[in-house]
Amino acid sequence: MTAVPASAGETSVPAEESGGWTGWVRRRALRSFPPDQLLPDKQPIYVASWIYVFGVATIAAFIVTLASGGVLALRGPAWWHGSSVGHFVNSLHLWSVELFMAFMVIHLWGKFFMAAWRGKRALTWITGAVSFLASIGTAFTGYLTQQNLASQWVSTQAKDGLNSVGIGAYFNVLDFGQMLMWHIVLLPLGVGILVVAHVLLVRRHGVVPPFPPKETQDRAATVDDGSVQA
Amino acid sequence: MTAATTRAHRREADPAAQPWAGPKRPYDLVKEFVVALVVVSILTVILAALFSSPDDKQLTLAQWAKAAPNDFVATAATELDGTSGSATYGAPYTHDKSAAQKIGPLAPQNWPGVTIPIDSAQDFVVRPLQGAAVSAALQSALKQWTGAGADQQQNWASAYDTALVAVPDTDPAKIAAGDYGPVPVMMTQLLALAQSGGLDGALLAQGRFYQTDYTKPLLFLADGTYLEDLARAQQLGGDQWGMMNETGNYPGQAWLWLYTFWYQVKPFSTSGNADALVWSVMALLSLVFVLVPFIPGIRSIPKLIPIHRLIWRNYYRDVEGRSA
Repeated sequence: MTAVPASAGETSVPAEESGGWTGWVRRRALRSFPPDQLLPDKQPIYVASWIYVFGVATIAAFIVTLASGGVLALRGPAWWHGSSVGHFVNSLHLWSVELFMAFMVIHLWGKFFMAAWRGKRALTWITGAVSFLASIGTAFTGYLTQQNLASQWVSTQAKDGLNSVGIGAYFNVLDFGQMLMWHIVLLPLGVGILVVAHVLLVRRHGVVPPFPPKETQDRAATVDDGSVQA
Repeated sequence: MTAATTRAHRREADPAAQPWAGPKRPYDLVKEFVVALVVVSILTVILAALFSSPDDKQLTLAQWAKAAPNDFVATAATELDGTSGSATYGAPYTHDKSAAQKIGPLAPQNWPGVTIPIDSAQDFVVRPLQGAAVSAALQSALKQWTGAGADQQQNWASAYDTALVAVPDTDPAKIAAGDYGPVPVMMTQLLALAQSGGLDGALLAQGRFYQTDYTKPLLFLADGTYLEDLARAQQLGGDQWGMMNETGNYPGQAWLWLYTFWYQVKPFSTSGNADALVWSVMALLSLVFVLVPFIPGIRSIPKLIPIHRLIWRNYYRDVEGRSA
């Protein structure tokens, strides 16, 4: 065990225990995410398919969505109705969301058919799945806060579903101010945290390997059969 | 065997949990991210430039009152006699517990109680008129209304609403003579107030200068048929897959297809509890979706449908080719 050199009169503290809470967080972070694992420049040989592109494409579209939404926020929610520039930024926001959701759905189906939860990766799947559900909520509140006919119709229809299960008593889709706060603060923050957690889990556990090749499966089946017969 | 030993044993037995010991290939994550960001940004700009985005103008109460005055007055009459959708809604707007949707014996709609109280007669008719009572005729009508008992008010309002429904196109000008008290004057004045744009502000103001809560004007708007007519013309009705549609020819919220689907099929499409039932089904399916890794059968589907062999075809070709 190494020790931090102590000056006269100080007690020697083991390096593994030095630094207080900050040191503990640093040691924990480095143990969970060594730099080579957090940002590797090599991947297993099987990480070679177009399906892997859709994970990073989803993150890219999320960033474009946040950026375009940020520009809309600069001038407020009504700006885009009376400005051609604002309308174009709103179009960027809409299409980045459409791409974001499309990429995420393809990514999800890909991960489903890879059974990407294998090998202690269940939490990675769960954070991805919850991100998808939270993204649906974020997009939905965006439709509620457009301040046009679609918002009026969507909100007056959606209230019935939410009210029928008691949620509408607190989450009032007819309250523009409440929905705007959810759309631009709470839900994007939630999706952002989930996405970061999801990516860190992927980095920690690595990319799920393929199912064993055919002859391995056949051999395993033979052994199984033999053990049953025995 | 201890629980910790069992867990360690399972981990050893699960090859997918082991660190990859096979060959690796160069993979530049940062470059991949930057390229993806640039490509997605360009794609977004192209899509936005080519297809723009929909923005059908919002409907004001003034536009509604001018375009469909009969529908407006008919709606206001139901607000006054307490038979409108809002007046009979139940929680979270009114105290009628029997109006709640049910999931079997449960009525979660009632559980939080009335958190957004709505008195349709006061909120949508009487109070806005009181705020705009500059004419002697309206002041007199309101004095007569507020001076009467609740039963008398209900009798006037119900008689007027019944008579209005009986005339063609619910035209207030063709209503038969009857004992409606001050209601005809109130309706005429409310229509004039709405057509002038005053009702939009009156329903929103609610005693405060700053306001962002549109619950009351939206509920009033939704109680009429004009908004629904506009929405149905855009294929936004509930039975038109409207929850996932968008105004104009845009993809809308395509990801809501499953939620919207249930509303199109029985028993949901014909049930008075459709919303509660569909929400229950979707909550259950969402839970299954999140917990797929733990659900036997569903978690085995990827092994039974070998799409993974397509995804990892290069890997399998190499490994199985070497073995052969």
